[in-house]
Amino acid sequence: MKALEGLKVVEAAAYAAGPVVGKHLVDQGATVVHIESRTRPDGFRTHYPPYKDNIHGLNRSGLFALCNSEKLGVTLNLKKGPGALALAKRIVSWADVMVENFSPGTIGRLGLGYEALKEVNPRLIMLSSSNLGQSGPHAHHPGFGSQLSSLAGFTNLTGYRDGSPQILYGPYIDYIAVGYGVVAVLAALEYREATGRGQHIDLAQYETGLQYLAPLLLDYTVNGNTATRDGNRHPEAAPHGAFPCAGDDNWCVLSVASDEQWRALCQTMDRPEWGGRDEYATAERRRTRADELETRIGEWTRQFEARELVEKLQAAGVPAGMINGMEQIYDDPQLVHRGQWTRMDHAEIGTMSYQRAPFTLSESDSGPDRPDPLLGEHNEYFYRELLGLSDEEFETFTSEGVID
Amino acid sequence: MTLRENGPLSPYRILDLTDELGFLCGKTLGDLGADVIKVERPGGDAARRVGPYLDGERDPEKSLYWFAFNNNKRGVTLNLEAAEGRELFMRLVEKADFILETFPPGYLEDIGLAHDVLRGVSPRLIQVSITPFGQTGPYSRYRATDIEIMAMSGCMSLTGDPGKPPLRVTFPQSYQWTGSYAAMAALVAHTQRRRTGRGEHVDVSAQACMLWGFSHAHTFWDLNRSVEKRAGSFMTGRTITGAKMRVFWPCKDGYLNFIIYGGEAGRKTNQALVEWMAEKRAAPAFLLERDWHTFNIERVTQEEIDVMEAPIAEFFTGVTKREFFEAVTGRGMLGYPVSTAQELLEDPQLAARGFWQEVEHPELNRSITYPGGFARFSEFSCGIRRRAPLIGEHNTEVYGEFGLDAGELARLENDGVI
Repeated sequence: MKALEGLKVVEAAAYAAGPVVGKHLVDQGATVVHIESRTRPDGFRTHYPPYKDNIHGLNRSGLFALCNSEKLGVTLNLKKGPGALALAKRIVSWADVMVENFSPGTIGRLGLGYEALKEVNPRLIMLSSSNLGQSGPHAHHPGFGSQLSSLAGFTNLTGYRDGSPQILYGPYIDYIAVGYGVVAVLAALEYREATGRGQHIDLAQYETGLQYLAPLLLDYTVNGNTATRDGNRHPEAAPHGAFPCAGDDNWCVLSVASDEQWRALCQTMDRPEWGGRDEYATAERRRTRADELETRIGEWTRQFEARELVEKLQAAGVPAGMINGMEQIYDDPQLVHRGQWTRMDHAEIGTMSYQRAPFTLSESDSGPDRPDPLLGEHNEYFYRELLGLSDEEFETFTSEGVID
Repeated sequence: MTLRENGPLSPYRILDLTDELGFLCGKTLGDLGADVIKVERPGGDAARRVGPYLDGERDPEKSLYWFAFNNNKRGVTLNLEAAEGRELFMRLVEKADFILETFPPGYLEDIGLAHDVLRGVSPRLIQVSITPFGQTGPYSRYRATDIEIMAMSGCMSLTGDPGKPPLRVTFPQSYQWTGSYAAMAALVAHTQRRRTGRGEHVDVSAQACMLWGFSHAHTFWDLNRSVEKRAGSFMTGRTITGAKMRVFWPCKDGYLNFIIYGGEAGRKTNQALVEWMAEKRAAPAFLLERDWHTFNIERVTQEEIDVMEAPIAEFFTGVTKREFFEAVTGRGMLGYPVSTAQELLEDPQLAARGFWQEVEHPELNRSITYPGGFARFSEFSCGIRRRAPLIGEHNTEVYGEFGLDAGELARLENDGVI
């Protein structure tokens, strides 16, 4: 049995920050309903590649598929007046958890703010995930995670000391917030079990990101130091970096944290004499000569296939790894061993590799067990069977364009 | 109501035997009130030697890395390699709800503390095992630090300049990803336990946690056999012409993150920027005359982008980060300055939300400003409840629960058990 079976979740959410919270919950067994509207489908369906075979289509988005596997897809046009509000409130009274990531203030204007919803369902746990939080002078500023990663300082730490900051792929910080969002929902659920009370959670993606940088923030508050980017270099370990391997744009990494590992590396490189050299004897000296050392190591590594080299270094006790490209991770033997990907057939995409949780549980099952929904695919099933709308109600909502 | 003040996890005890890879797991559960006991080897955890340090002093009681990720924990010392240490550990296990650990796979089995043994004492125990690659499989015995995890997860292939080595983020990221996702795993297992009364063994892979760090880049391969790669400071993949957009712009006092976007959000942003430039007499005629409603980002050529970006680049060199931030928030534009730690500490948004927390360090005769809780809950507090422990600080308090008196503790210390 899956851990979260029986938990009912509704998402008035789009893109990554809200829906991937639901993705983690559905993977562990929750029933998750993803609300969209035909007038305004999830932006990942419409504005973000990749699309299967590069052909645009509401049901052809790889990004939407990744974030919404196994969810029930329903349509509800929240802007369609009192009928829409009434239906939304019925869904909320059915749900244990609601996830929303509209910009702050929007959900309230739709009549679906927490204060209104708790009248309908006092046990409701509502997670509001936003850029900068629900309060404060800049709460209403719209933003994308790819840029918020700069405001939070991540890109400042990426690149070379004397060069420009560099981008982290995608809305990096959104997925940090997602992890914390799931933790927050499960903690609120624990609280509800003990007290019977629901609540509202205000999750600022910005503030979750800063958790990951806490030591550097302390370094500023106590020492006045401002951390910056320094390529692949490490403040202590040396050598520490990426090195070319045989072939085109193939790379490995290695890191040496002790003198013992340094001697092991020298042995592996067939340069045991370097292990005894004074100028490389300590990490500090190796750091001072990092340029020269990295060139020498690179001359050695480029003779080998990355995988072969990594095995050799690992066998010698030197931490090392190959830099997996995006074409390699689906075949990575370790990820395959863990069952990281579930290949399932999607009506329009064809076979898609859906992603599973980054952890496994010894006595609980996990999904996803179904592909992501087509737009509105589960309208009949959800509204009639789970929510219990009568035929007449369903027809009325449909003809009014509330279910669109 | 005590849960309101102490947090929803305050009824639960967690034994934390993690290194850097798992620190944030216990810290996060501690933010929610859990009674987390950090179990260190006698003399203190190796990660107390991770910088930066308070006043730059390499002292195991002054690691800011330790302070930042081990607050909300009490601390005891214990030698698991000694038979008496293991006996004491089993008594701790009996009263614990969770164990978090980052030992190499097989180590606990080798010293007689396999999952089955622990569950034998406490069937409701949840053991969260956190490793670079997982408990089993071809790489499970590989050694890895942050850079190896970032490499093998695929993250590094997407960062760095084309033609230069792929890059990691200079400050380790994979440890925090793994720790916070391990907290998720612990609570998933806990939710199941509420129903079944049974614990389980949770196997967290850092490599797998990092897959979310690059969003959906891999789906380009899965769907269309095209490979997303590192592009330095530029945004790619938004046009069918192959044109790339600048993301980072030098300004008066650092860098700005600004992108010429398409769509509705892009239209508003581009329009607002041109208006701002016009007010400063910095908008050339072709930008003023441009109709952003008809601007199609998908079809724009590199030449057109270059022509548009030139006057913008020129304009930004005369702008400070603060001016830019005021402009984007005031004018509803997309974009942010690239912050340093100082700018984060001075950000009025974080200040208004009371994000920063002052934490007393009596032994240092000072308080330290920390980032506060990861979320705001309407029903209970979330954040730092106690500073990180000193080495063995709570030996007396914790072992006292098991009836060990001062004399016995002194003997155990003498024998190298604690």
